[in-house]
Amino acid sequence: MDTLTHNAGMPTPRPADFLRPLGVRFLINQAACTLLAVLLWQFRVDISLWESWVFSMLIGNACWLLIDGGLRLAAAWVNRDGSGPAGWPGWGWAVPIVVVGTLAGYLAGHSLARLALGITGSHETVQLRVLMISLVAALVISYVFYARERMHAQHLQAVAAERLATEMQLELLQSQLEPHMLFNTLANLRVLIGLDAAQAQGMLDHLIAFLRTTLASTRVDRHALASEFEALNDYLALMRVRMGQRLQPHFELPAPLRDLPVPPLLLQPLVENAIRHGLEPQVEGGRLEIGARRLGDQLQLRVRDTGVGPSAAAAGGSPGSGFGLELVRTRLATLYGGQASLTVQPAADAEGGTEALILLPLRTQGTRA
Amino acid sequence: MTTALIAEDEPLLAAALRADLAALWPALTLLPTLADGRSALEAALAQQPDLCLLDIRMPALTGLEVAAALAEDWPDAAGSRPFPLLVFVTAYDQYAVQAFEAQAVDYLVKPVQRDRLAACIARLRQRLADRAPQGDALAQAMTQLRALLGQAAPAAQPRLDVIQAQVGNLVHLVPVDEVLYFEAADKYVRVVTAGREHLIRQSLRELLPQLDPGVFWQVHRGTVVQARCIRSARREESGKVTLTLHGRPETLVASRLYAHRFKGM
Repeated sequence: MDTLTHNAGMPTPRPADFLRPLGVRFLINQAACTLLAVLLWQFRVDISLWESWVFSMLIGNACWLLIDGGLRLAAAWVNRDGSGPAGWPGWGWAVPIVVVGTLAGYLAGHSLARLALGITGSHETVQLRVLMISLVAALVISYVFYARERMHAQHLQAVAAERLATEMQLELLQSQLEPHMLFNTLANLRVLIGLDAAQAQGMLDHLIAFLRTTLASTRVDRHALASEFEALNDYLALMRVRMGQRLQPHFELPAPLRDLPVPPLLLQPLVENAIRHGLEPQVEGGRLEIGARRLGDQLQLRVRDTGVGPSAAAAGGSPGSGFGLELVRTRLATLYGGQASLTVQPAADAEGGTEALILLPLRTQGTRA
Repeated sequence: MTTALIAEDEPLLAAALRADLAALWPALTLLPTLADGRSALEAALAQQPDLCLLDIRMPALTGLEVAAALAEDWPDAAGSRPFPLLVFVTAYDQYAVQAFEAQAVDYLVKPVQRDRLAACIARLRQRLADRAPQGDALAQAMTQLRALLGQAAPAAQPRLDVIQAQVGNLVHLVPVDEVLYFEAADKYVRVVTAGREHLIRQSLRELLPQLDPGVFWQVHRGTVVQARCIRSARREESGKVTLTLHGRPETLVASRLYAHRFKGM
């Protein structure tokens, strides 16, 4: 439980997160001590089971308190910057703590047990055999605790990673099926059915194709650049029914690049931004250029509009462009590490507007999770 | 004769709304449809319709901005027509719809369905029949619009401390607290201090979320004044308020929409 709070980046665990695993470790320890007591009683004829149990419990618990406490203190010190697993300071600290803790625990527990059982006389204090058994037991139990905690941490990490992936899929789907776009498209379709059934059918076909690609995009990792352009063409066909002459799309895809793999609908948020924040606010609309070209060992994807430009688009009237860009950046980072980039800037020529450029490595060194 | 103006940038939707309105309300005279906010505002002011159906997301000005500008500039001379009834049209905007509900403003959701439109028409006819006198209609519209604009205000951005105004190769740095007022001038904003003025290439719409609304008061869709620089406010008969300033000879006008800020304590 303390590992969960650690993963969430919260340095202060709640008492319950600390107490529950502590209780579990305590119980495991008592069981191990009892088992040892029975074993010792079997090997030695001179003590009763009761005496063996008292010795075992007091020595075992003293060792456990010193080792567990020592490990946790050391871990808190070693991992004070918030890195590393909680409760584990690394082997370099753990081995001396276990050895010293066992020795000290043995001496303390042994004296206490003699006191408790009223044993006096010249019985030798340190029995090498018992000490060795204590040491081995302490090592085994410490390792069990360590392994348990590590498994728990790994499990939590796996759960967190899975949740992150699902969240991103959802966000992606949500951004691609933006409700405003969907309902406006349906509103247009509803009108077209009455006016021009053939055109309505064409529009519906584009909508179906776009929905199909969108839904598939959460399941496949890559599709061909030609498919990406095809999907954008469907999307823009829908937007063109709505915007008419105010939207003039231009595609530029050189034949040798058609089969290059790209993450599905990577460009869609950029195209949507170009329309929503660049062309839609502009009364006369404008051109939307989508292109791909090879730059050395990189693939450059470009979405450029001749709209109002990035500074005006950042105005309060049209929030949300940051969300789409953030999503593209997150996807690039997840899929390509530091090898891919996205830049958004004012278009350089006199026509103005915004230019978004994505650079992808042509040869990907496998996908990174 | 009842007249209506439709502002909608999507040609198919505009045509359909027009056709449905004509079918359900044959007596209604429909003015030519406008495809962007600015021309809708000009047409509405020039032709003074009884109804305005305003799409929310439009080029140039949003439907809400058109409504606010109408409320500011609607002529109120004796004999001018009463402030129009407003109907907002939106495709999908949960927040806008919540705001419309809360302010009891008429709205239509796209795709506009016939029976929903018929219900809206019935309500509009009722309200036209027992329409309040000019003053009350305007006052009511203004209360609604203030609330809507308040809810639609963009999220506050990091505060601006210094305005950077470029002239040729020179950039003037103007501390924001020295600015008496900002005034929109087309795509620029005039930044006026006690001593001089600068032009910056930004719209007031972009600038506004970066100013502290407690320090800089919007008094008009094109004017934002630093409150401590206002010397006096005189209420005119039109409902507008004339502001005089410390350190500047000119006066500024606070529109009806914002005049309620100036009241004696």
